[in-house]
Amino acid sequence: MAQLAWLIPVLPLMAALIITFLGHRLPGRGDRVGIAAVAVAFVLSVGVLLDAAGGAVASGGVTWAVHGDQALRLGYEVRGLEALMLVIVTFVSLMVHIYSVEYMHGDVRYKRYFAVLSLFTFSMLGLVLADNLLFLFVFWELVGLCSYLLIGHWYEDPANVRAANKAFLTTRVGDVGMFVGIMLLFAQAGSFRFADIAASVAAGQVSPAALTAAAILIFAGAAGKSAQFPLHVWLPDAMAGPTPASALIHAATMVAAGVYLVAKAFAIFAASAAAMSVVAWVGAVTALFAATLAVVMDDIKRVLAYSTVSQLGFMMAALGVGAYTAAMFHLTTHAFFKALLFLASGSVIHATGTQNMHEMGGLFRKLPITGWTWLVGAGALIGIPPLSGFWSKEEILIDALAANPAVFWMLLAAALLTAFYTTRATYMTFFGRPRNEAAYAKAHEGGMVMTYPLVILGALAAVAGFFAGPFSELVYYGHPHRAPFNPFVFAAATAAWVPGVLAALAVYKYDLVSRAALIRAFYPIWRLLKQRYYIDDAYNLVFVRGSLALAGIAAWFDKYVVDGIVNGVAWATGKLSESVGDFDSGVVDGAVNGIAGAFVAGGRLLRRAQTGFFQSYALAAFLGLVAGLVILVIGG
Amino acid sequence: MGIPLTYPLTLAAVLFGIGLYGALTQRNAIRILMGVELMLNAVNINLLAFGNAVDGAAATGQVFALFVMTVSAAEVALALAIILLLAKRRKHIDIERVNLLRW
Repeated sequence: MAQLAWLIPVLPLMAALIITFLGHRLPGRGDRVGIAAVAVAFVLSVGVLLDAAGGAVASGGVTWAVHGDQALRLGYEVRGLEALMLVIVTFVSLMVHIYSVEYMHGDVRYKRYFAVLSLFTFSMLGLVLADNLLFLFVFWELVGLCSYLLIGHWYEDPANVRAANKAFLTTRVGDVGMFVGIMLLFAQAGSFRFADIAASVAAGQVSPAALTAAAILIFAGAAGKSAQFPLHVWLPDAMAGPTPASALIHAATMVAAGVYLVAKAFAIFAASAAAMSVVAWVGAVTALFAATLAVVMDDIKRVLAYSTVSQLGFMMAALGVGAYTAAMFHLTTHAFFKALLFLASGSVIHATGTQNMHEMGGLFRKLPITGWTWLVGAGALIGIPPLSGFWSKEEILIDALAANPAVFWMLLAAALLTAFYTTRATYMTFFGRPRNEAAYAKAHEGGMVMTYPLVILGALAAVAGFFAGPFSELVYYGHPHRAPFNPFVFAAATAAWVPGVLAALAVYKYDLVSRAALIRAFYPIWRLLKQRYYIDDAYNLVFVRGSLALAGIAAWFDKYVVDGIVNGVAWATGKLSESVGDFDSGVVDGAVNGIAGAFVAGGRLLRRAQTGFFQSYALAAFLGLVAGLVILVIGG
Repeated sequence: MGIPLTYPLTLAAVLFGIGLYGALTQRNAIRILMGVELMLNAVNINLLAFGNAVDGAAATGQVFALFVMTVSAAEVALALAIILLLAKRRKHIDIERVNLLRW
């Protein structure tokens, strides 16, 4: 079965093509084709996973291009890591596909949505399977494209278009670094393939400086895609896209691609302590930083977006301290519970017509299924045992404490904030008095097409944690590793989330501390957080306005200098033509007319012989005769 | 023995000159015609004089002069017809006023 892994991305690709070109004729505009393709892909992925769990490894590919004696292969490799990702991607994609049928019902671009969704699934699966950095990069860009297309799905609103551009350009910044890193590795190791590079590194063929540089550069690309600080700015804005797309792309899969890349290229990172340090610190800082921002967001999707950034920070930090298995485990559980949370929020948005939590409240009674599944997801996010998030977060914390205590404490602080903002969001949305009667009145649960995926994801978010054992046998670096239970970490983590939950309840449920008083007391900090640390504004000023200013200068130059020269040449040519024209009419024509005039004058002179008076002719004849005779006589 | 050759030749030359002068200067068409006749007669005299001087027995000069006279008669008839037509048309025969071919 593992040998058929290459087939898995092909199915959604064909679906994308069919939907694009034949969709308008198909029932449901091709949504069933998309669902069928990804469902079959999911079944195959499960088969591949079972194979990989049994120890199978598969690889293969076709030659794409040949340069001299070097061949570039479009190749795939499948081990535990890839098999795991295949299942995650196809499963979440399947849930999102099904959910979207109802959520996107009646949308103006329904067909395009499903086509891009399938295209994305294909790209992500290709990314997962790629065995060499170059083709991974190709699929990397493809998922970025699909993300852009989906964020800008409702492109009538310029704000959505701006968000899509922001996403694409910000990740592009990271991608430039990544590309340089790839080239650097190729130059040093002579190949793009992960296996070859790992072998080169192990054999010591890559210089330490190049290794660190390449690792950090590749991490730049991963940081862009996984929205780590300072390239995090695009993810909250990306919430402009349809919520199911956000669930798939910006929660579970695409943003996880950065983490996945670091895991795939772990050989490079593990060999450079400096690079690992960078990864760990960026991850930890991002985790804490994003968590602080999630606390003040009013838009439910923004809370989830910053939460995603924060949780990705957890994963990166884990990788940075060497907790490979823990990081991937958290990626798995996060995919489930974050996708769940997003889809549940989509249910809320669909029901109330608003995304602002200040307009919500008391929805638990109206949306019970959404409410319960949300609670499971929220609990997993906070890390409440025995939900899945608890197990994966614990593993990260345990490994972090052992490797880098500073990172441990930062992650712990982030966990506290996570508990706070999640409880806040939960309470504001589902409990208490409804703040907007109209929205509350029309709220109703979606059909089974929307609720079944929620329930399924909810079940997984609840129980996935119990598979930690088999998981660690499947996904590891070097040798399987299970973080041993650490009571101190358990106590510390509990001491982090419990107060966080209680504090949020104190403010939002029991009103022990009024929200207004808190804002007054901490106004400068609150303002700073609301303005997102002014980072977006700074980027806008420096990069966007800066580029526009440069463009303005270039435009000025083009308009006045370049066009000035061109117009000047044209003017000079005109003047030259005029003088040539004058020459032509004056001199040339004058000469020609002069000659004609001479002839005319000559004629006028000569025609005076035509007197019409025969006697003058007779006289002339006679004189001519006399002259002839004289010449004859004298000559003779 | 007759008169020296130069006498009739001179006479012919003088007559020819007078006739030429008349043909070239007169405005009246009849007078021009008279001038032309004079020139023809002068030529006749010349022919007779030379004919007699070269070979008096053969009547070459006289025959030639006869021819000239015949032709001259025909030509005068024609000329007079033209002048008549001109007089009918123009009511005058002043050739200086007949200058349609003037430039």
